[in-house]
Amino acid sequence: MNARIDLDRLLPELDHRHLDWLEEEAIFILREVAATFERPALLFSGGKDSCVVLRLAEKAFKSHVQGRDYKGRLPFPLLHVDTGHNFPEVIEFRDRRVAEMGERLVVAHIDESIRRGTVRLADPLESRNGHQSVTLLEAIDEHRFDCLIGGARRDEEKARAKERIFSHRDSFGQWQPKEQRPELWTLFNTRHRPGEHFRAFPISNWTELDVWLYAAREQLPLPGLYYAHAREVVRRKGLLVPVTEVTPARSGEVVETATVRFRTVGDMTCTCPVESGAASAAEIVAETLTVTVSERGATRMDDRSSDASMERRKKEGYF
Amino acid sequence: MSAVLKTLHPADAPLATTAQPTDHRALRFLTAGSVDDGKSTLIGRLLYDSRAILADQLDALHARAAGEPIDLSLLTDGLEAEREQGITIDVAYRYFATPRRKFIIADAPGHEQYTRNMVTAAAGSDAAVVLVDITKIDWRARPVQLLPQTRRHALLAHLLRVPGIVFAVNKIDAVDDPRRAFEATRDALLAFAQDAGIGALAGILPVSALRGDNVATPLKAAWYQGPSLLQLLESLPTTQERISGELLLPVQFVAREGDGTGNQPRTFWGRIAHGSVRAGDAVQLFPGGQTAVVAEVRRAGQQAAVAQAGESAGLVLDRQLDISRGDWIGSPGSLRATQRFTATLAWLDTEAAQIGRKYWVRHGNRWVQARIAAIEHRLDIHSLAPTDAHELAVNEIGTVVIELQQPLPVEPYGRNRVGGALIVVDPSSHRTSGALLVTSTD
Repeated sequence: MNARIDLDRLLPELDHRHLDWLEEEAIFILREVAATFERPALLFSGGKDSCVVLRLAEKAFKSHVQGRDYKGRLPFPLLHVDTGHNFPEVIEFRDRRVAEMGERLVVAHIDESIRRGTVRLADPLESRNGHQSVTLLEAIDEHRFDCLIGGARRDEEKARAKERIFSHRDSFGQWQPKEQRPELWTLFNTRHRPGEHFRAFPISNWTELDVWLYAAREQLPLPGLYYAHAREVVRRKGLLVPVTEVTPARSGEVVETATVRFRTVGDMTCTCPVESGAASAAEIVAETLTVTVSERGATRMDDRSSDASMERRKKEGYF
Repeated sequence: MSAVLKTLHPADAPLATTAQPTDHRALRFLTAGSVDDGKSTLIGRLLYDSRAILADQLDALHARAAGEPIDLSLLTDGLEAEREQGITIDVAYRYFATPRRKFIIADAPGHEQYTRNMVTAAAGSDAAVVLVDITKIDWRARPVQLLPQTRRHALLAHLLRVPGIVFAVNKIDAVDDPRRAFEATRDALLAFAQDAGIGALAGILPVSALRGDNVATPLKAAWYQGPSLLQLLESLPTTQERISGELLLPVQFVAREGDGTGNQPRTFWGRIAHGSVRAGDAVQLFPGGQTAVVAEVRRAGQQAAVAQAGESAGLVLDRQLDISRGDWIGSPGSLRATQRFTATLAWLDTEAAQIGRKYWVRHGNRWVQARIAAIEHRLDIHSLAPTDAHELAVNEIGTVVIELQQPLPVEPYGRNRVGGALIVVDPSSHRTSGALLVTSTD
């Protein structure tokens, strides 16, 4: 609450009071999940959107203690699908936050699916992003989760713009965009058969800017790679590709050290940073106000493959 | 939503609105129009002119346009099937902001078979922008005939009690005498609104979505002095339930402190439908009927002095009572329950609504069984006349009498959205089959 004053000072031209209303709506949705499902879980990757959802869940279910964090426990565990190609600093952040909060984290590993033979890689260094759906659905089966809370936003992508807040998945875990249930008022229809499940998206109506405004206002802990840092990159097809053990420089490419930050954080093989000197959430807000390239356009190799790549992944059970 | 905040309005642009919004909620509005009315182009225009569209998205459009002017409608049709068929199938939500306000667009497809999506979009909206294609209207005829879809969309928005209905008369650049064409169309719309009982409209404006005239930039024409569409939208109120008077709170979630199953203190969470609550207030429960005093009011993990309509509140009561999700907490003596009521039913399911069949309905946070006791009439969308009916097919709207398996504290929708809205769910398919808006209780 103290951070609110800072934001007013830093960004006097910006009205951020609509965040109260977005927060209200998201908390309402989270309580709806806890009240109507038997075995929900919250998808937590350490990414900024899931950090926002996690803070909202703390506000929905815990008591705020002056000078400290929130006390109490969430009524559901956290779930992360680990591609094995995650940025190590994000995994470290994830585990630290979970320990600090005393929550239960379930990690489903794509490497396990590869061992089982349910995920087959054509190339050991290929992007594992699309394969997450298989591992996710296996985790749902194993833990009998009936609702997964996700941090997807409708402003991210065209197929997501058509997503319901409570989105039904059939017994194969598939999304059927043409069979979506009409969603009227906040009278959510969460009735389902055994084996079917739901995805719930509390921050559907938030934009990238809202997320950063909220991060600034809440002084939300986030992984360091969201803020400006020096990193080895190569320039490839207009993107800055981070040089890592799974994304080495190709022959002929020049490795340079640039000051960058990540706008989205996902699998290392498909997430690229942008050049930026923004070192705090408030500076990122200022930068977001003048940005000219969409979040996914700037940073995701996987969404560039075709206009419908997100829709196809979602139908297959993706987040 | 991005670089819009300082740049949208030139400093000298006259703003039609003087009233600041009293709250800071986003304005939710739906857009409705027939195929080819230019609805997608209008939305594309709003996003484009408010700079919610970014360079890479624009590049994709330029690449497709191959030298021609870009097609703004391509920004909104997101699903593969939509691009294949060149139509919008599902409600899409879009976001943009001006320095004054955040907006959420529920983009409802206009063609008849997907009217259920328009009902979906209308249910949570503060306003409806209905597109009228002026090039499809013979405005020299007397009387001017509106398109059936225009009547249908406006009527649906009205039946769903969308507070602000705006007609955007589009393609004004494509008629030879824009002033007379607009005025004739405007008069026809006003006459229709009066006949349909819509009452006060939020506005009728000429626009050219294609050229951007009067969307974000005011129309430069001597014959039009009104606001631009964006100026009008900036000034419209969001829907606010009354905060004075009796309290009504549907219990959404019961939180118990600590672990175990003993008699720990409980907090009853719910979003207040109307009224307000503070510690010391007397309340009565439904259906139990017991009374209690509010010991503490909580908001998002902290104690609060007061909570009011539209906000979620957690109530701790002064005594142990058996309360669960689906119950209601209200001011003593204010909850009147009924097992029978009359309602507007918008049917959304391909399987027709049948008299006598049992359905699930959700009211507040409670599911009960219900049946349609009678269909009083079906509304002819074109003539607005009530006609006899024995069932309601998909996309049809009627007035029905509903019988409930157990009493519920329903209120007319016009008085309160929470107490007056129900959804109907098919017990075998679990599809959301209909929307009920209570008109009167017996």
